[in-house]
Amino acid sequence: MERDDLIEYSLDAHHSEEKGLEIRKKIYKVTILLTLVTVVEVFLGAIIKQDASIWPLVKWSFVALTILKAGYIVMVFMHLGDERPWLRYVILVPYFIFILYLIFIALWEAVAIKGVLNLFH
Amino acid sequence: MASHTAELDSKTLWGGKISPFSTSYGKLMMWFFLVSDALTFGGLLIAYGFTRHDCTEAWPIGEQTFNSLPFLGHGYPLIYVALMTFILIISSVTMVLAVEAGHRMDRKGVTKWMIATIIGGFFFVGSQAWEWYHFIHGSEFGKVELADGSVAIVRGHFGEIQNFTVIEAGKHHKKNEVITKDLMHTFQHAAAAGHISNGVITLHDGSKATIKKAPDHDLTLIIKKSGGKNKASLAKRNITGPKAKKLYYEAIYSGEANRVIYGANLKQNEYGPQQYAQFFFFITGFHGFHVFSGVVINIIICLGVVAGTYHKRGHYEMVEKTGLYWHFVDLVWVFVFTFFYLI
Repeated sequence: MERDDLIEYSLDAHHSEEKGLEIRKKIYKVTILLTLVTVVEVFLGAIIKQDASIWPLVKWSFVALTILKAGYIVMVFMHLGDERPWLRYVILVPYFIFILYLIFIALWEAVAIKGVLNLFH
Repeated sequence: MASHTAELDSKTLWGGKISPFSTSYGKLMMWFFLVSDALTFGGLLIAYGFTRHDCTEAWPIGEQTFNSLPFLGHGYPLIYVALMTFILIISSVTMVLAVEAGHRMDRKGVTKWMIATIIGGFFFVGSQAWEWYHFIHGSEFGKVELADGSVAIVRGHFGEIQNFTVIEAGKHHKKNEVITKDLMHTFQHAAAAGHISNGVITLHDGSKATIKKAPDHDLTLIIKKSGGKNKASLAKRNITGPKAKKLYYEAIYSGEANRVIYGANLKQNEYGPQQYAQFFFFITGFHGFHVFSGVVINIIICLGVVAGTYHKRGHYEMVEKTGLYWHFVDLVWVFVFTFFYLI
């Protein structure tokens, strides 16, 4: 018996063979990019020591490359880039608000505690 | 109020076959779960950064702590974790290919790529098990407390212990007996407990023996905590050559307990401050548990694909939802890799 009270949400769940070919091409491109970024990170980590004067730059470039990798994983592999814009905002905006706030209070507290430790050390 | 609701058009409601953001209920809820899980991991990594910033001791450096490969020994900084990262990225790729095949209703393709993903997941869990084993087991040299109270980690190639020759009989061993079994374990146990003094080891049964050991090569002491004359400047003050050898063996042959620590547990570790090991166990353990659950979920969904459950349904959305979780696991690892191993 056909039931019409069951809700079968399956929007955006199909695409054609040609579209598939295009999508796979994109997936392989992103794979190469992620691998290259990881290789660069390990290479930099292996040759530049943490007491080198250039280290802070390397450290921040690690953070930037990580965010780049995360962006590609979320937008391409998790298809968030293909979803409706408002879904993107609903996922990303609250997350960034909370995380930036958490980073802010953690840094603020950590710097204050470090100051006290240095004072009595 | 009731009359008010009755006036609403059913099409604007969730139950009215209109899906918010044109996404299915399951997918949206998976996204909400992932946001909350991402906040958990974000909180853990921020707590790690907080602790590291406020630690008065030198924090361990990834490339010094993780520099081993299976079968090849030491001297390969970060290669193993890079390999783990690569395995996880590739299994994420095979998963997205499974999702893509699902969109074309290609059941064979979905099965193939899901099996590849499961294999990748098992490889990652296995790698993590090896890394945990190695972390807990520790290095051959351990971390030593030198004569002046400073603490150093040790790098170099440990000369193999060849045998113990009994010079004073105990309960089990006779005089002049040559022991060749379980040497490294016995040696480390005795060194940590302070049962070696002046090159003579006291065994479990009370017998005393001399140690025959091949020479070490490239022994380097990296001072992590200053205790007087060996001033540590940000974890980088290396002692090499005969002086390093003298200081190291002075410490482990001192006959005092706890001058050397091998490996890690929840009470002490050879890598650095205790919080470091705690965070290692918790963050990588929590992530490893996610990977393990992901593999189990993937297997269940893969069985559904093979049985044709989703094909009959007309769409492979279940594969897509599992895929979201699996990519999330990869995403978290990208951050753990940077903040725990690289920086």
